[in-house]
Amino acid sequence: MLAFIIRRLLQATLVMAVVALIAFTLFRFVGDPINQMVGIETSLEERAALREALGLNDPVAVQFLRFIWNAVQLNFGISYQFKKPVLDLIAERFPATMELAIVSAIFSMLLGIPMGVYTALRRDAWLSKLFLTLSLVGISLPTFLIGILLIFLFAVTLGVLPSFGRGDTVRLGLWDTGLLTWSGLKALVLPSITLGLFQMTLIMRLVRSEMLEVLRTDYVKFARARGLTNRAVHFGHALKNTMVPVITIAGLQLGSIIAFAIITETVFQWPGMGLMFLRAVQNVDIPIMSAYLLLVAFIFVTVNLIVDLLYVVVDPRIRIDARGA
Amino acid sequence: MTEPVLSVRNLKVEFPTRRGRLTAIDDISFDLMPGEVLGVVGESGAGKSITGTAIIGLIEPPGRIAGGEILLKGRRIDNLPPDAMRKIRGKRIGMVFQDPLTSLNPLYRIGDQLIETVQTHTDLSAAAARNRALALLTEVGIPAPASRIDNYPHQFSGGMRQRVVLALALAAEPELVIADEPTTALDVSVQAQIIALIKRLCRQHGAAVMLITHDMGVIAETADRVAVMYAGRIVEIGPVRDVVKQPHHPYTKGLMGSIPTIATESDRLLQIPGSMPRLTAIPKGCAFHPRCPARFAPCDQVRPELAGRDRSQVACWLYHDVPAPAELQP
Repeated sequence: MLAFIIRRLLQATLVMAVVALIAFTLFRFVGDPINQMVGIETSLEERAALREALGLNDPVAVQFLRFIWNAVQLNFGISYQFKKPVLDLIAERFPATMELAIVSAIFSMLLGIPMGVYTALRRDAWLSKLFLTLSLVGISLPTFLIGILLIFLFAVTLGVLPSFGRGDTVRLGLWDTGLLTWSGLKALVLPSITLGLFQMTLIMRLVRSEMLEVLRTDYVKFARARGLTNRAVHFGHALKNTMVPVITIAGLQLGSIIAFAIITETVFQWPGMGLMFLRAVQNVDIPIMSAYLLLVAFIFVTVNLIVDLLYVVVDPRIRIDARGA
Repeated sequence: MTEPVLSVRNLKVEFPTRRGRLTAIDDISFDLMPGEVLGVVGESGAGKSITGTAIIGLIEPPGRIAGGEILLKGRRIDNLPPDAMRKIRGKRIGMVFQDPLTSLNPLYRIGDQLIETVQTHTDLSAAAARNRALALLTEVGIPAPASRIDNYPHQFSGGMRQRVVLALALAAEPELVIADEPTTALDVSVQAQIIALIKRLCRQHGAAVMLITHDMGVIAETADRVAVMYAGRIVEIGPVRDVVKQPHHPYTKGLMGSIPTIATESDRLLQIPGSMPRLTAIPKGCAFHPRCPARFAPCDQVRPELAGRDRSQVACWLYHDVPAPAELQP
């Protein structure tokens, strides 16, 4: 088990190193950062001095190693736009994105799994057909359109929910949470539905097809032949086996929820990392862009690692293999 | 005369398809006495497994029992509501499937699967059910059951898993065990052990066995009576000795003739020419007549019914009164 974890950790480190290299090289081609940082009246000597001070004249390899070394120490440099450390900017905005992503993930699983199970067990019920039709809408409508439609309905027409922002937040140590105030919770509703709807339909369809598959297996047939109740067969034997692949997909989707929060954050003017990233792109703010890329990669890798470990918990066959390895 | 454990009367199973209704089982009847082992043989697709599945009430929709009745100890079970039928499954009829590797849920310990089954059919407490599970594992010959009960299925070999499957099927002391090709997926060396185990356990528990297989050797060693199925019908049924030694139906004769023996040396195995008709295209009259070496006038016109000849019954015009020529179209 320990060997398994160590092996996975080494793989994760390798992935992070590759992402760091890509982040570093990509942003060397974005343009001359000095032009973005200074005004037109700055003299050539001042520009050269600044370039020297930022280390932009050093060999590429040295710059890369310095980049890695700084990144390991969580030093991502100073934002060109805000003239503040990138780490502080991210720390300010990270909680907003994480709360949005986690609430959407919970929303998509709490609804997606039961709906998938229902549509698999009651294939011919009208409600199943309704779910399946609606899920097509969820999969095919683009996120920003869903967001705008929700704003139109709930914020403009009905006026019950706010159309932008996070509402009031409460500071808990380093974490700014919107979960403890009424206006913060209300502000979360529309963005998290917008962000989670696609995942929900995906999970629903995945659970449905996996469950149908499992219900055809011999062990389900044998469980029925032993006279077990439908409840024990469906929710004990079938559901547990269905969850093995669902965990993987749902876990990987958590990573993409965080990454794709950019669009939702823009629609709802949500003060999270995605919005910050978009502004950074517009202003060629390289430190923010590379830090964001590294952070998203780090989250993906971590989620993957957790999914692998969860797999081991659920499926005893992997547990044995891991012990032997 | 004692009452049969199982009576199947004119059973008919149909599957509606886009191209019309398929009759997988067409009008079969047989009885199974307490403690008796009935072998059911036939080619793939002859309807052996469907018969077993129909008895235990697990025909997958849209397939359905289209006619006839199934009686367990004289009471009809084919028309019971789903929950009443569920209580019979496992409790009064146990079933063993072909592949022990896929019959057990890979994510549950074998002990949990046993305890769950025991507790479904009895009022035992968790601790008592665990003791019962241990006793069952001992009975089916799992060495050191106390240390094996918390293992997962993949930690057992194929033969051991089939023993666990047997323990599960026998957990609630059923009166009837349907074994659907219980040894087909196993090593030859393990097959004999499992067959002997099934026979011993069922004798000890007084359970009747319906043994579905296409292995005539297994039938000859194990069964008391044998039913030969062809294209959804029983063509011959009788005591094993009679059917194996003196088969009557030309199909049974062909089956027996195709078993290689050490005594007769021949380069090629004997085989019955042709192959079984598809269920969509069962010929008129006797379904076997296109392949039959002994066919004559009535065979392609009128279907022969199973009828008695001493202890065995056979469905073949060779042994019945041929219908009057007037009934036959020229």
